[in-house]
Amino acid sequence: MADTEETVLEVKDLKAYYRVMKGDVKAVDGLNFTVRRGEILGVVGESGCGKSTLAYSLISLNKPLQHISGEANLLGQDLMKLSSEEKRKLKMKNISIIPQYALDAFSPTKKIKTFIKDMVKQHGRRADKEFMDKVKTRFEIVNLSHSVLDRYSMELSGGMKQRVVMLISSLLDPDLIIADEITSALDVTSQRYVTTLLADLRDEGIIGSAIFITHDLATLYQIADRIMVMYAGRLAELGNADEIVHNPRHPYTRALINSLPRIGIQHKDERLTGIKGTPPDLTDIEEGCRFRFRCQYRTEECDKSPKMEKTHQRHYIRCWNYESVGSDKNE
Amino acid sequence: MSEENKAILKAEGLTKIFSSGIINKEYTVAVNNASFELYPGKVTSLVGESGSGKTTVGRLILKLIEPTAGKIFFKGQDITDIEDRDTKKEYYRQIQGVFQDPFSSFNPLFKINRIFDILFREFEPETKNREELISQSLEEVNLNPDRILDKYPHQLSGGQLQRLLIARALLLDVDILVADEIISMLDASTKMGVLNLLVDICRDKGMAVLFITHDLNLGYYLSDDTLILHEGNLVERGATTKVYENPYHPYTQMLFDSVPDIEEKWDRSKEFIPEQIIEAVEEFYQNNDEEGYKEVEENHFVLMSILETENYK
Repeated sequence: MADTEETVLEVKDLKAYYRVMKGDVKAVDGLNFTVRRGEILGVVGESGCGKSTLAYSLISLNKPLQHISGEANLLGQDLMKLSSEEKRKLKMKNISIIPQYALDAFSPTKKIKTFIKDMVKQHGRRADKEFMDKVKTRFEIVNLSHSVLDRYSMELSGGMKQRVVMLISSLLDPDLIIADEITSALDVTSQRYVTTLLADLRDEGIIGSAIFITHDLATLYQIADRIMVMYAGRLAELGNADEIVHNPRHPYTRALINSLPRIGIQHKDERLTGIKGTPPDLTDIEEGCRFRFRCQYRTEECDKSPKMEKTHQRHYIRCWNYESVGSDKNE
Repeated sequence: MSEENKAILKAEGLTKIFSSGIINKEYTVAVNNASFELYPGKVTSLVGESGSGKTTVGRLILKLIEPTAGKIFFKGQDITDIEDRDTKKEYYRQIQGVFQDPFSSFNPLFKINRIFDILFREFEPETKNREELISQSLEEVNLNPDRILDKYPHQLSGGQLQRLLIARALLLDVDILVADEIISMLDASTKMGVLNLLVDICRDKGMAVLFITHDLNLGYYLSDDTLILHEGNLVERGATTKVYENPYHPYTQMLFDSVPDIEEKWDRSKEFIPEQIIEAVEEFYQNNDEEGYKEVEENHFVLMSILETENYK
């Protein structure tokens, strides 16, 4: 739990676009949020909402993705102003990522041990005995036998590989780790283990804080302290996990939660409708709330972009009508 | 309604063993002794994790691969060993598969209208009002014919292609639809549309649906009956509400314990590592001396010991 108020990451009006032939894809378009020390911040949204782009813009801005404006201060240093060499020094130690599709990143001809050694050498560390002992301790923490070190990646199951990836990303005890869709390629039983493991690593002080990015709100809810809901490159709502899930205020969050299938609801008794329409094209986006075309509470005001408002308990919402939306719970 | 209670498809002891290697042959039992039934107008979900053999079951039913042992009955008739091309084609006419990756289900060089042309030429060459039928079925799956027919598959989204496959099933008025992980390509907000459509069609047209999935929440939402597959064995089967409310097999219990729910957080004290599942299952088989399936309550069966695979070597 976030017991101190120390901020690890502060993102201010961050804009990162993909510069492509068609124009700019405004995948991250004016985000404001903080990550506190010790907390797991969950980021949820549909595909194309910019949640993975957010991860890339913090960790490795490569073309065609470009930083347009805004800041991302990690422990006082603006990540957007650092050279790639300066950024490399922060990686693994201060900021680290557990990437999506990392399971395929292992070379099939290298043993896991060799892979780990190569990896730390690239980050300017010696893979001496002391270091390898630490690695072994970490294997115990993720409940993998030491013999895995001598195996090839193809001999491991998806869940085991994901645990190795998490272990490697957290080897240098990063202040902030970004977990990007770490459960989406896994089986249900492994999903639970991997998700809980992220919380365990935080509880044990191995990782300072985490940004947990996923499209699966129910999984996120299990371990996130706060949840940020993203829609079309922008923040829709940010607040305590329980508030977001049980008392959502933004129409998009509400629709998202209402479209979740849950054990207890059957098609023949209750119809889950999903959200009509599709998210907007991020290359061609105008002024106004981005959810308005799919929103049942749309008013004239929605043609202007809503400001981010702070309600009680540090709950942030970008919606003109959240007050009236929040009051009709019986809908 | 006696008609409704009659299975349209019945699998008995269905087994598929893959072999690899030439001199030292290695055998993989993908599906072992699976017995189940599909009913008209009902959705049966087949739930399993990767490597459980769920896709193999689907392919066996579709007759894309031949079983090593066991039998498949379609409308009471044994179709396991049919070789005759016409009889096989007649079966393919009655069953449709919709797969995880809809992009690979279409020839990328053909526009959608040509795909429908081929469909008619193959199966219904006599049909006169083709265009009308095509439009009708496309509208039923919420696709606009004017915007779809002139496109190539790559110009359409995953959801649109999957709806096209359902439209194709509608056109042929098939008896059985096998849907293998069809929503994993779709977003939360759009997948419900496709799924509701699938169930509505199943009920309206009396189609039997085998819904293959790893998503337990969806399985509960959609299906009347549930089959739980673990390492090729059908460990639990029965009415969906019964299996979910009263899981008996240790694998089913651990699987359900892993489902994330927005009402309740996981009990962190009941943590288990995925490798422990195998141990728990083995222990379960060892510690009970019952054989085969046990009916724990009406229409709810649990595998108490692994059924012997026939000698295949």
